[in-house]
Amino acid sequence: MKYLCLVYSDEKLLHSLPESPKDIECFAYAAAVQQSGRMLAAEALQPIDTATTVRVRAGKTLLTDGPFAETKEQLAGFYLVEAKDLNEAIQLAAGIPAARVGSVEVRPVRQLEV
Amino acid sequence: MIFLKIFSRSPRTSPACKARKLLNSVVTAETISALYHKESRRVLATLIRLLGDFELAEDALQEAFTCALQQWPVDGLPAQPRAWLVSTGRFKAIDKIRQQRTQRQHQQEWLAEQQNEDEASSDITQDQLWQDDELRLIFTCCHPALSTEAQIALTLREICGLTTEQIAKAFLTSTVTVAQRIVRAKNKIRDAAIPYEIPTPEQLPERLDTVLKVVYLLFNEGYSQSSGEQLLCQELCAQAIRLGFLLLELQPEAETMGLLALLLLQQSRRHARTTAEGELILLPDQDRSLWDNSLIQQGVQLVERSLSGRRIGPYGLQAAIAALHAESRSAAETDWPQIIALYDLLYRFEPSPVVLLNRAVAISMAQGPAVALPLLQALEQSGELAQYHLLDAALADLHLKLGLKQQARLYYQQALSKTTQLAEQRFLQLKIDRLA
Repeated sequence: MKYLCLVYSDEKLLHSLPESPKDIECFAYAAAVQQSGRMLAAEALQPIDTATTVRVRAGKTLLTDGPFAETKEQLAGFYLVEAKDLNEAIQLAAGIPAARVGSVEVRPVRQLEV
Repeated sequence: MIFLKIFSRSPRTSPACKARKLLNSVVTAETISALYHKESRRVLATLIRLLGDFELAEDALQEAFTCALQQWPVDGLPAQPRAWLVSTGRFKAIDKIRQQRTQRQHQQEWLAEQQNEDEASSDITQDQLWQDDELRLIFTCCHPALSTEAQIALTLREICGLTTEQIAKAFLTSTVTVAQRIVRAKNKIRDAAIPYEIPTPEQLPERLDTVLKVVYLLFNEGYSQSSGEQLLCQELCAQAIRLGFLLLELQPEAETMGLLALLLLQQSRRHARTTAEGELILLPDQDRSLWDNSLIQQGVQLVERSLSGRRIGPYGLQAAIAALHAESRSAAETDWPQIIALYDLLYRFEPSPVVLLNRAVAISMAQGPAVALPLLQALEQSGELAQYHLLDAALADLHLKLGLKQQARLYYQQALSKTTQLAEQRFLQLKIDRLA
């Protein structure tokens, strides 16, 4: 099973709390998941100031400056992992250093029915 | 329940059939019905493991009992009815998957695996594996990735075998809500791949906590609902205790013993806690000769076993407090200093204001209301229990004992405004009327 682990956090606090993870720790964890063979992809994201939201309506591409919704916590990064079941995915998610200051939403990937 | 419909079918009446029936007259629909109540949840638990799908397993269970109703009265009871039901249900499910044109991929894969396996796998009859299946089902229904409401509904439906209607009535909600809750939970189990397995030893304490909490909530729901259907409430309490015994048999952890002891000790007071008219009677005023001694004995033994282990937990401590009450001949003869000490210990595990409230009440019994009053006032000022009527009721009691009737009356009125339970409302109203 593939699971997407979405890392949410208050951007302003993500790097400023005592328990905030440093980049080197995040990198080390990603490397460990990679080593275990369960990593499909993982990236950290730039803050929402840099976001552009795209919609297509009546054939026209509409752009908005900013994220699609203003929320208390923002998407800060993601892991796409291969796990045997939800328990294993939860274990991987709990190891993401940013989980200490933010939250990780674990979502199973849906197979497109084609 | 789908199965019940099966019994209304008219029996087969050919003469040959009748003759054979006479020979095997032991196996009647009633025999099978009794077996259904005894074994169906275990058979279901194993079928879920073998089939990897709740819905498929439930259908297979019904099919297996339908076959039993047709075959057992003719052929006699199989040597191992449970194993017979499992393998029949399994074959029925295999047939079903074969027949279905639009098969889910994982079921096709599973079918391929099954074809490679021996027909009647010998492991099916192994007792240990069977027991493990029940544990697997409990841990899956109480998986922390499901909401507490869903955990309770699934547990009652799948492990206890209650109908959706019964669950809805017990929790004063609609059948549709409960049915949706169960469907959503089963979908999540399937789509998010919540595994059907017993947690590893490292995960066990945390996962067991969730299971114990569900059992505790089940019991409380049955125990505290003085209004509503008495029979259903008793059923909830009985099911919670049954689950407690099952967990104990499967995994004798200290906290499991503690929880079961707590339930048994509370249950022992069930006949003494209300009048014939359903009015509440508080612990100090209960007729202790109505307490159930055999439940108390079982509870006390379990408390002792629970506390002799290295891992003391909140349920064991609460049970120990309940045991001290159960073994006292009156409120005055209760070992209050030890109860206070146990509350102190409990507070270390559960630093909650409710524990402090109970501790303060114990202090009022041991050292008098004047000593306890400042403790309750501090709790009141903290505002943490602003919506909890038992704090107001306790404050009212203390003021009354100190002869401050005016304040007592005000606190009883505040308590009254915060509870929705009819029996508690009547109880508090009576106190207010007496102070008028």
